[in-house]
Amino acid sequence: MSADKSAIHSKESAPWQGQVRRYDIVKEGVIALLIVSLLTLTLSIFMGSPDEPSLTFKGWAASNSDNFYTTAVQELAGTSESAGYGAPYNDAGVGLNLGPLWLQKWAGIHHPINSANDFVITPLGEQQQPAEVAAALSTWRSAAVVDKQRWAVDYDAALSAVEGKVSAVKSGDYGPVPTLAKGLTAMATSGALDGLLLSQGGFFQTDHTKQILFFGDGAYLDDAGTAANLQGGTWGMMNETGRYPGQAWLWLYSLWYQIPPFNNEESHPIGANADAYILALMGFMTLGLVMIPFIPGVRSLPIRIPLHRAIWRQYYQTEGIGKRKKK
Amino acid sequence: MMSNKIETQKPDMWTARLRQSWQKNLPIEKLLPDTQPAYVASWIYVFGVLTLSALAVIIASGVVLAFEGPSWYHISDAGRFVNSLHFWSVQLFFFFMVVHLWGKFWMAAWRGKRQATWITGSIAFVVSIATAFTGYLTQTNFDSQWIAFEAKDGFNSVGIGAWFTVTNLGQMLLMHVAFLPLVLGLITVIHVLQVRRKGVVPPIDAFDQTLKGVNK
Repeated sequence: MSADKSAIHSKESAPWQGQVRRYDIVKEGVIALLIVSLLTLTLSIFMGSPDEPSLTFKGWAASNSDNFYTTAVQELAGTSESAGYGAPYNDAGVGLNLGPLWLQKWAGIHHPINSANDFVITPLGEQQQPAEVAAALSTWRSAAVVDKQRWAVDYDAALSAVEGKVSAVKSGDYGPVPTLAKGLTAMATSGALDGLLLSQGGFFQTDHTKQILFFGDGAYLDDAGTAANLQGGTWGMMNETGRYPGQAWLWLYSLWYQIPPFNNEESHPIGANADAYILALMGFMTLGLVMIPFIPGVRSLPIRIPLHRAIWRQYYQTEGIGKRKKK
Repeated sequence: MMSNKIETQKPDMWTARLRQSWQKNLPIEKLLPDTQPAYVASWIYVFGVLTLSALAVIIASGVVLAFEGPSWYHISDAGRFVNSLHFWSVQLFFFFMVVHLWGKFWMAAWRGKRQATWITGSIAFVVSIATAFTGYLTQTNFDSQWIAFEAKDGFNSVGIGAWFTVTNLGQMLLMHVAFLPLVLGLITVIHVLQVRRKGVVPPIDAFDQTLKGVNK
């Protein structure tokens, strides 16, 4: 640091010796609080706030029973998104990576979820079932793993062949799977599944991980998100239901999902692992924001780009301080 | 030897040293000033106090919501109104804070050994985002279902999701009403005390003699 710069730095850190003016900090605070309170009150009265009711399994089964039924089959077959997710729910997938860093996998399984048991078999077993469903449940429980897999996978494939239209599925040896899916759909339609998945055999329960994952396996939640313009590819991260501002402060986070290579999920390794890369990038940028005073180039931007001339215009005029000459 | 008179100025006492340091660095005249440098004369300066005011409204409305529980506002008009107060004060808070942050950036407000003021302010911004995010997760409506489903992938992808479980309403609620507000409140207090201690940063070029007198 040159002698001149050092002297300026020293003066900038010393108590101000120049002209001062009256300043009532308490009055300023009270007036600001009143203004903000009035502004908040006015916005609340005239704009309200969003509150779109939560989705339910009952609503899903009632509005699109075939999709619910098909999702139940996928849970049994292990072909749903949650069944193959990987950590922290199971070891069926390797998860995302940051190049050589497999942080998701390394973190391990902290919330074990077995999609077939947690979403289908256990809820069916928690409630008294019609005779055919009870028999199907008994058959499933006593069957060999290889048989369970064969029945469910074959039936899932048969459903996929007719695009999930349950009534159009070709007949075949699907074991108890169709009856189990039918039984679960009936439970969901009656509303019983919502309560059973929430309680999970206990009284108090505040963890909704299983319900959220089950919802995400089907089309119901996804369709509702699309309808509300909440998908990540359409700036959904900072949107909100209704005509409300949402989390506008996430605009930069949301931006990365709109541009290559992050939005190229199909054919680019970074796009395929966009969640991990974008989170790491935002972490890096956040660190940069905090450390701006120590980053050469960035910290001198406000000195090179003279927006401060507008902020302290009055002071510069009074003191007769001119513009910095170009070298 | 014991003395009847307690030596309160003894330099090896932690309490005495803390008091002396406080009195030296942050005397009451700095904490509650009645004058300030003449250059503090721009609308940009009001956004700091507006941010603090919005935070006060957030806390007040949040306390009411906390007393009634996270589902109250679904079934009560009064609850919906308090929720609206909470919602809009958060929106205003972020608007004021972002303007404040940009203003301080263009002032290079970290000059003159004020780096800690910038650092605490920017950390407060980041913690505010985390607090607001957990608030969106605890709305117990469709938005929180959707956000939980989408956000879990981001946190899971780098391993954080193993401990920070966005689909766990109980954990998010406690984060939102207890841990994060505590952290934000603490950082905000430190930030404000830094501002009072160091004073408002002087204008760029205020001490550059080579530029003085050019306009005259």
